[in-house]
Amino acid sequence: MSVPTRKADYLNVDYGVRSWLFTTDHKRIALLYLIVITIMFAIGGLFALAIRLELLTPAGELLQADTYNKFFTMHGVIMVFFFLIPSIPAVLGNFLVPMMIGARDLAFPRLNLLSWYVLVVGALFALWAMVTGGVDTGWTFYTPYSSTASHTNVIPMALGVFITGFSSILTGLNFIVTIHTMRAPGLTWFRLPLFIWAHYATSVIMILGTPVIAITVALVGIERAFRVGIFDPALGGDPILFQHLFWFYSHPAVYIMILPSMGVISELVTCFSRKRIFGYTFVAASSLLIAVFGFLVWGHHMFVAGQSAYASFIFSFLSMVVAIPSAVKVFNWTATLYRGSIAWDAPMLFALGFIGLFTIGGLTGIFLATLGIDVHVHDTYFVVAHFHYIMVGGAIMAYMGGLHFWWPKMTGRLYPEWIARIAGIVIFLGFNLTFFPQFVLGYLGMPRRYHVYPDEFQVLNVLSTAGASILGVGYLLPLVYLTWSLRYGPAAGPNPWGATGLEWQTPSPPPPENFTQAPEVRDAYDYDTGLAPLPEGARG
Amino acid sequence: MADGGARHLAHHFEDLEQQHQAASLGMWVFLVTEVMFFGGALLTYVVYRARYADAFAHASHHLDVTLGTFNTVVLITSSLTMALSVWSAAADRRRTLVGMLSATMLLGSVFLVVKGYEYAHKFHEHLVPGPFFRYPGPDAPEAELFFSVYFILTGIHALHMVIGIGCLAYLLLRARRGAFTAAWSTPVEMVGLYWHFVDIVWIFLFPLLYLIGRHA
Amino acid sequence: MTHGVASPRVCLTIWALLLLFTAITVVVAGIDLGVMNVVVMLAIAVTKALLVILYFMDVRDAPQLTRIVVASGFAWFVLLVAFTMADVLTRG
Repeated sequence: MSVPTRKADYLNVDYGVRSWLFTTDHKRIALLYLIVITIMFAIGGLFALAIRLELLTPAGELLQADTYNKFFTMHGVIMVFFFLIPSIPAVLGNFLVPMMIGARDLAFPRLNLLSWYVLVVGALFALWAMVTGGVDTGWTFYTPYSSTASHTNVIPMALGVFITGFSSILTGLNFIVTIHTMRAPGLTWFRLPLFIWAHYATSVIMILGTPVIAITVALVGIERAFRVGIFDPALGGDPILFQHLFWFYSHPAVYIMILPSMGVISELVTCFSRKRIFGYTFVAASSLLIAVFGFLVWGHHMFVAGQSAYASFIFSFLSMVVAIPSAVKVFNWTATLYRGSIAWDAPMLFALGFIGLFTIGGLTGIFLATLGIDVHVHDTYFVVAHFHYIMVGGAIMAYMGGLHFWWPKMTGRLYPEWIARIAGIVIFLGFNLTFFPQFVLGYLGMPRRYHVYPDEFQVLNVLSTAGASILGVGYLLPLVYLTWSLRYGPAAGPNPWGATGLEWQTPSPPPPENFTQAPEVRDAYDYDTGLAPLPEGARG
Repeated sequence: MADGGARHLAHHFEDLEQQHQAASLGMWVFLVTEVMFFGGALLTYVVYRARYADAFAHASHHLDVTLGTFNTVVLITSSLTMALSVWSAAADRRRTLVGMLSATMLLGSVFLVVKGYEYAHKFHEHLVPGPFFRYPGPDAPEAELFFSVYFILTGIHALHMVIGIGCLAYLLLRARRGAFTAAWSTPVEMVGLYWHFVDIVWIFLFPLLYLIGRHA
Repeated sequence: MTHGVASPRVCLTIWALLLLFTAITVVVAGIDLGVMNVVVMLAIAVTKALLVILYFMDVRDAPQLTRIVVASGFAWFVLLVAFTMADVLTRG
């Protein structure tokens, strides 16, 4: 640092554990989330590792059938509810939403801290359910697997999911109110960064969907605790009603994972191709369209569950429709790249990886939305591969890209660029090797959720496990070099990427009030006119 | 009181107007989540009512329409006193405010007492779903489903009432010390919105649960 | 900062109307109108809810945004019911 007396930033303004646990600063809360989410990701990853090791051989040699059931259930629950759903909104969104709109904090800072505590309490319930015997229902908690047929810790786990839901609701509420009421003067809706649009759309889903999953798991808990038959056909109940309620939230929940990712990608693609986003209005509107249409497609999870053919037809059709706004985004990112001045920095590698993998995940989603094909591949590894392309290839890729892009802003430090690029490539290759064989396996008829399989599937399963090992190494690398950079990384300037967002107009790390002077509100993607060349030597 | 409410301005807002807008929007968004929360439970009602219309109508005969109507009147009146609380706060009438908040709490408590009496009655008649359910009539499983839905819906509604009464008690304590003025009475308004919402839920639950079998 | 708070007179009028509608709905429930029973009951409940929302909750003077938020809440509940019933009512 050339400045001798360094001004207080949000990290050094106060020290000690108390100053973190009682903070209401959205930037500190973002880091608290980052810690919890990283831990949960590691736990979920260990379950994935065990699953892949078990599937190395056709006979169930490592895990018993019951244990295997518990492992894939807990992998799913942890990854979906405690990592993917909070990941980008709670970490990057928390940090960036106020900064990108030129505000000093979120509208309700104490509520924001409360959301973190709620997530922690929910996570503790889930961990408690895990260590005291686990749950074997599948992450979907389908009745009767979760009601009459299970003797495992369903209630503590359901309670964990129930509680965590409120963290998501409160975060969404905070974002909506902040974006509506706290934008800097002159920052009109159509000048907002697309990251903000994406988070707004995500928040709408959190608000409208999450309460339904809360009441749904509560109903399952009531059914188990009081031995009543809300979803039990023997007592007049309807198990398919559970699936309606569950997927009314849990399908839109996929968009809670992917919409913020799309917001991240819009920022990365523009910055690293030095170009204004192509078709801003369409990209912005497509976020809201995805949020709305995403609510009308949940029945495509129930084509073979006993849902009426009439309803299946409607849901199949609407599932195709939701592909349109998703495709709009992919086409517009591609058009943004066209004749751009592309820089191959690590965040951009993750972003490009996202576009390719999300496209594959999205297109296979159209296969699955088609009634006839779904009957063939339902509950096979084809479905597993499809949603991992969206959730891991899409959401985690974007999370990684976003983390690398805003890391200098969040910590004030640069990480070694070359190793970050290697990590990006390793993750991309490892991911494809893990999950592409699963498309083939599923198409050949290997069902999901079994710990044994016929011998002829072994080669593809070995490939998949090999890929998972590479993927695991790929995820460990950032953990190492990002942690390293906290202490040894060179100081990042306010704007190491030459990006145009408001968050880059303030020092890194930002002062407690975010901006020392009111930020200059401009077009969010002012790359054409104010073409700033990337500062040389800005990265390590 | 002389500061025009300025001491209530949090550091991250520009002015009280912006802060009030944020609080109000936040409360409305929260109420939307409440609509969806009750909505999920109501969906179970709709689905089973559609499927077992007759059994539901018969089972509803076991609810006490007189008590239900009485409670409806009580709750609507509590909404009136709540609305008057908001008005009193905005009009700087501290004593009226204290009176109206107390009245709202009292009426809410009356509702809960009556509800508790109804629940106790159901226990006596073995109409609480579960292993001890006994139903004097045909379609016992379907009737049990009706009572499951009845207890879940009225139960979460009653839970919301309890939380509401807690919030009112907090407001009352602060109102007695003159915390709310014409310049700043946001908490009264926000609790008011919540209380009215809980009233609206009951406005739907009453006919859906108590009145469906009246003519049959 | 009085954001169009309803006056005591308005409040009392609305209260009287709500009681009147309660009486009507109890009386009508006793008459057999076939399917119309449900329709009338729901229509009255919606009317009562609207009275509370518009006057007690002061939405008549609230910004456009508040109305959109309120409407979206109810619209989404209707979507949940409509699409689920599209299955339940057409199952073979």
